[in-house]
Amino acid sequence: MERYRDVPGGLIPVLHQAQQLFGYLPEEVLDHIAAGLGLPASHVYGVVTFYNFFSTEPVGKHRINVCLGTACYVKGAGNILAEITKELGIEPGGITEDGFFSLEVARCVGACSLAPAVVIDGEVFARVTPDQVKGLLSQYREPAAAPAAVPATARNASVEVRQS
Amino acid sequence: MTTALGTRLNFQTLVQARRGGEAMMAMRRGQPPAQALRAAGVLPRLYVMVCGDTGCLARKSDKTRDALIQAMSAHGLDSDVEVMRSGCFGFCSQAPVVVTYPDGIFYCQVKPEDAEEIVTRHVLGGQPVERLLYQPDPRVRQRVARMMEMSFFKGQQRIALRNLGLIDPESIEEAIAARAYEALARVLQEMTPEQVIAEMKRSGLRGRGGAGFPTGLKWEIARNTPGDIKYVTCNADEGDPGAFMDRGILEGDPHSVLEAMAIAGYAIGSHHGFIYVRAEYPNAVRRLERAVSQATDLGLLGERILGSDFSFHVELRLGAGAYVCGEETALMASVEGKRGMPRPRPPFPSDAGLWGKPTLNNNVETYANVPPIILNGGDWYASIGTEKSKGTKVFALAGNVTNTGLVEVPMGTTLRQIVYDVGGGIPKGKKFKAAQTGGPSGGCVPAEHIDTPIDYESLAALGSIVGSGGLIIMDEDACMVDVARYYLEFTQDESCGKCPPCRIGTKRMLEILNRIVAGEGEEGDIERLESLASSIKATSLCGLGQNAPNPVLSTIRYFRDEYEAHIRHKHCPAGRCKELVEYRVNAEKCIGCTLCIRVCPSGAITGELKKPHAIDTELCAKCGSCYDVCRPKAIER
Repeated sequence: MERYRDVPGGLIPVLHQAQQLFGYLPEEVLDHIAAGLGLPASHVYGVVTFYNFFSTEPVGKHRINVCLGTACYVKGAGNILAEITKELGIEPGGITEDGFFSLEVARCVGACSLAPAVVIDGEVFARVTPDQVKGLLSQYREPAAAPAAVPATARNASVEVRQS
Repeated sequence: MTTALGTRLNFQTLVQARRGGEAMMAMRRGQPPAQALRAAGVLPRLYVMVCGDTGCLARKSDKTRDALIQAMSAHGLDSDVEVMRSGCFGFCSQAPVVVTYPDGIFYCQVKPEDAEEIVTRHVLGGQPVERLLYQPDPRVRQRVARMMEMSFFKGQQRIALRNLGLIDPESIEEAIAARAYEALARVLQEMTPEQVIAEMKRSGLRGRGGAGFPTGLKWEIARNTPGDIKYVTCNADEGDPGAFMDRGILEGDPHSVLEAMAIAGYAIGSHHGFIYVRAEYPNAVRRLERAVSQATDLGLLGERILGSDFSFHVELRLGAGAYVCGEETALMASVEGKRGMPRPRPPFPSDAGLWGKPTLNNNVETYANVPPIILNGGDWYASIGTEKSKGTKVFALAGNVTNTGLVEVPMGTTLRQIVYDVGGGIPKGKKFKAAQTGGPSGGCVPAEHIDTPIDYESLAALGSIVGSGGLIIMDEDACMVDVARYYLEFTQDESCGKCPPCRIGTKRMLEILNRIVAGEGEEGDIERLESLASSIKATSLCGLGQNAPNPVLSTIRYFRDEYEAHIRHKHCPAGRCKELVEYRVNAEKCIGCTLCIRVCPSGAITGELKKPHAIDTELCAKCGSCYDVCRPKAIER
């Protein structure tokens, strides 16, 4: 926050960093940012709620993002979403009772040529079919599997391609 | 490139750096390595480029690259072969893509376990690995080895995408070898701002973000607006679903955008630029950040560029998932740290933009065209394309087409050439039904207009737009009413809510469409949609609202019969709208192969071998799996 206090338009960069740090933006964090940047809390709240990227609710340990961009939609992303919804028992925007998964939909992650795409914890899965969904989710259910390898920052960014 | 550049460059050392990379670039363009440099160990024998674009990374191209590096090492080939990361080749449906230079061999879908064979057969044996080559037709065994012989690349002319696949996007040395910052140096040394603008005007380049406003004129207006502080912004908030050309450029050749922004800054008299990039593109953000810091370290951005009197700083600002921020006034509000809501124009950003100062805003692809225009001249650029639409356009080809990816073609190329020559046609022998252009602000081009040359004017005449360049191909299975509903749902959700026509009007339209696809359409619905559409278009505040009805109007124009079938006969001709479709077995055609019984996920099909099967409509989930697998086409809907 120090870095952005005197930068014009610094609020959004600060919110990005705060969300990366905490996973979401609870009220206390927003108050703290407002005080730190010398902005009215109402202004900060207004900005946070305007942008889809910011979440004021906690998110699951694993964030699932189903791309509903046009190419994915034409290629049957709706069926993928239905399958995941059925499998986890949550709707988009929801979080499973055990806090393990949260489900969101994305407006195109730019992987249109590999549609339909599903992003889990920043890793893009290409050309997903409904019958792969179960296997895909179970990879993340296993305690020893993928989660350990995901750095905290990648887990918090809603879409980030994991790279070596 | 062997020597890393250490200090700030001036005009002379920039030329030296570029010359130092000439031999390397010659190899990438197909010439064998210069003997002396090869002997001295400066050049490798072979470059192996592994695509590091988001598309290929999603197919784990980083693992393929690691495996190739390891395999080279294991065979002691470290100094002979350089395995590198590259930008997007465009042929994303073959991801991960690997290309070798100078022989130009194009490998498709390369997995880590293929690395060993590439080393033994290709690098050591001198023969390409046959099974990894491109196979244009799955029914014909013949394969194509060289990239430039593939039909996907033959019809293309790459200007904005010129360096994608040719260089490592994370290396500024490679970019400089590929002539990055040469145009900026020429501008600073030899041209006045007026001459730069004149060159841009001569090129005929028009805004590639969608609106198609003449770029040179925009620069001239910004130059002529008085003001002590002016800003240059780059719209990298590529929000149209189905468009990813800007992401490709940012990930594959970020320096081209930075260079162009500095040229624009010089032309209009600005010293500060902002790139507004989507947070959904983390890979692009990372490469841009890296490029800005590299260019600043070398004195190609920042204070006194290349030792001249001109200074230009670039900062990145991340979007946060709001489509409307692609609208320029909303974008500027967002850069200022506010809710990204548009405001009425005038005043235009050229008069009062960021923080009320005159601001020049261009899109990523527009900027990527600027350096070649400066280097080759506006007349050269204007010689490409059509009468009123000059140059090339990058399209993101996706949907139901065999070859998906990024393609750059001269303006005036027909849709048929793009779909059938470059795109390889429609998969599974299905029929081309329509192409959707311009995303949620655009419309569709139906099969009867497939021979239309694509440029700004001809698409406008068909009721669509070039837009940012998303090109979604739809086959006979696409329901046009559902497609229109999809786009309207998108714009309705992304409406910022500031003006009522957009906030409420699109909602009412969406309600009508939702009724129609659910089988509850009424007589007069089409007329109601048309009337709402014309009010929304006339009275909305910004481009989002003004163009939101376009997909609906365009589909009504060409596919009115589909709307009528939904409304009057409660029937979806494409079989897409689940409420309106019923699957049944034509007992005369059914050969009793049980294939459909095996694929049905709900166990709704029963029957014995070699006897006609039957579908229990109570159990049927209408997924269409049986329809797709039935060979004698006995499943009907």
